[in-house]
Amino acid sequence: MRDASPAKAYALHVGVIALLFALNFVLPDYHQGLFARIMALAVFAMGYNLLFGYVGLLSLGHAMFFSAGLYGAGLTVHHLGWGVPEAFIAGVTCGALLALVIGLLALRTSGVAFMIVTMMFAQVFYLLILYFAAWTGGDQGLVVQQASRTLNLGGASLDLTDPTVRYMSALALFAVVLLITLTVVRSRFGRVLVAIRENEERTKMLGYDTVANKLAAVVASGAICAASGAAYALLFGYVGSSFAGVQYSILPLLWVLLGGAATTLGPLVGTLFMYYVTDITSGFTSAYLLIVGVALILLVLFFPKGILGSIRERWLGWLP
Amino acid sequence: MTPLLTTKGLSRHFGGLRAVDVVDFALIPGEIRAIIGPNGAGKTTFVSLLSGRIRPSSGMVVFDGADITTMPAYRRVRLGVAYTFQITSVFANLTAFDNVALPVQRTLTDGRSKGQVRSGVMAALERTGLADRAGTLAGQLSYGHQRLLEVAMGLALKPRLLILDEPTQGLADSEIDNFITLVREIARGATVLLIEHNMPVVMQLADRITVFNSGKILAEGTPEQIRANAEVQDAYLGATHG
Repeated sequence: MRDASPAKAYALHVGVIALLFALNFVLPDYHQGLFARIMALAVFAMGYNLLFGYVGLLSLGHAMFFSAGLYGAGLTVHHLGWGVPEAFIAGVTCGALLALVIGLLALRTSGVAFMIVTMMFAQVFYLLILYFAAWTGGDQGLVVQQASRTLNLGGASLDLTDPTVRYMSALALFAVVLLITLTVVRSRFGRVLVAIRENEERTKMLGYDTVANKLAAVVASGAICAASGAAYALLFGYVGSSFAGVQYSILPLLWVLLGGAATTLGPLVGTLFMYYVTDITSGFTSAYLLIVGVALILLVLFFPKGILGSIRERWLGWLP
Repeated sequence: MTPLLTTKGLSRHFGGLRAVDVVDFALIPGEIRAIIGPNGAGKTTFVSLLSGRIRPSSGMVVFDGADITTMPAYRRVRLGVAYTFQITSVFANLTAFDNVALPVQRTLTDGRSKGQVRSGVMAALERTGLADRAGTLAGQLSYGHQRLLEVAMGLALKPRLLILDEPTQGLADSEIDNFITLVREIARGATVLLIEHNMPVVMQLADRITVFNSGKILAEGTPEQIRANAEVQDAYLGATHG
């Protein structure tokens, strides 16, 4: 959070969004689909980054917020026949409320205890999904029918299963969340969050209720992750318990670490990088996870602050 | 004059150790008060009780007529009780500007000051002579400048009571002179309570001195009275006459 050049920062972010917009028209079908998925999941990573990167709270349970959005949207469409906007709002609301409750409980701890508590709550959430298999489809999950994935805007109806509509919807969500994060981290609230990460005790002695600020950050983070989950359900039509598993709590952490914690664009870079390394290497060998692992180790060795974090440190100090 | 801050029977025990032991204390608005005493006398514990960083075992703290004994530290800060740390604890990875912006935006949110964050920050940095270092990461400032930044942060809180815990520790002699001027200037708008080991600084600055020993107030008075006090000589000022 350097003090200079807000215009430069906003220009860069708008440029990235414009580039992603243009890519829709040049990317081959397969990569267009992959990019849509990456943008939707980068939102998940951005939500995670808000808490991990800026506040310094390492949660190992964010899969529960993602799947709160996923199921919040998926189940209301599937069982109640809700439309796309209502279902999306339902998903985000579920995530925010869950984050509020989890935050109130988990923020009584910090450090390793916080990691364990969030992980345990996420496991409870995962097991609840399996337990209520009658509604959730258990480990089979649910397929959100193509017919119900249509967005009616005014007179026009947009079919979210159409590749271009899907790409643009994912981009719209990504762009909104990116600009929100940029604004938040540059705001007074963002400055307090970073101060809490750096020295919570000192922040208290400057008159800040650090617990309330952390809770607000958990709720914001949970809501953003749920927005990602809700979009995923509506855009890709599958709602499954695997998204609530430990793996999906670790993945956003990896994406953020790779791209650069506490950088606004790092989550996108990290998600993009992981997806493409996996995608490319799995084309050559079935042992692709080995190569992914080696790539991760090399990155940690040479870019300990993530790709954008290291770039900021060495060359571009103004990067938000 | 009604005191700005009083304590009644204030105590804090750590196990069997009575770090602060039934202390009755009063601060007059606008004064510069120094707290001195040997190591382990309970000075830092005492001011921590005032700032709310730790809770008392018994007794009460009254600030400006209100009982603040159980009030959390961050709310005391909003009332105007600011505390600067004994060990420098500026935010090393933030710029000097951002370090001061935190207290400035706090007072703006609380409605205790008006204007822009930027102008408030620059005013506080200028007062402490750090204006040209606004963009420097606090961790890259010299030790003396970090201490000044710490003071700037305290100032930016617009305190009514500024508690300084060993502010001159680690400062060079030339920096100490500037510091004395600075504290005098602060005292025009606020009450200052400082813990200090550097006796020349104490004697120059303090209107009155409170001497702590073993968790109790041993003596209290003007610098001259304290200098002349035999008990204080024994406990602290180097018992050369024994």
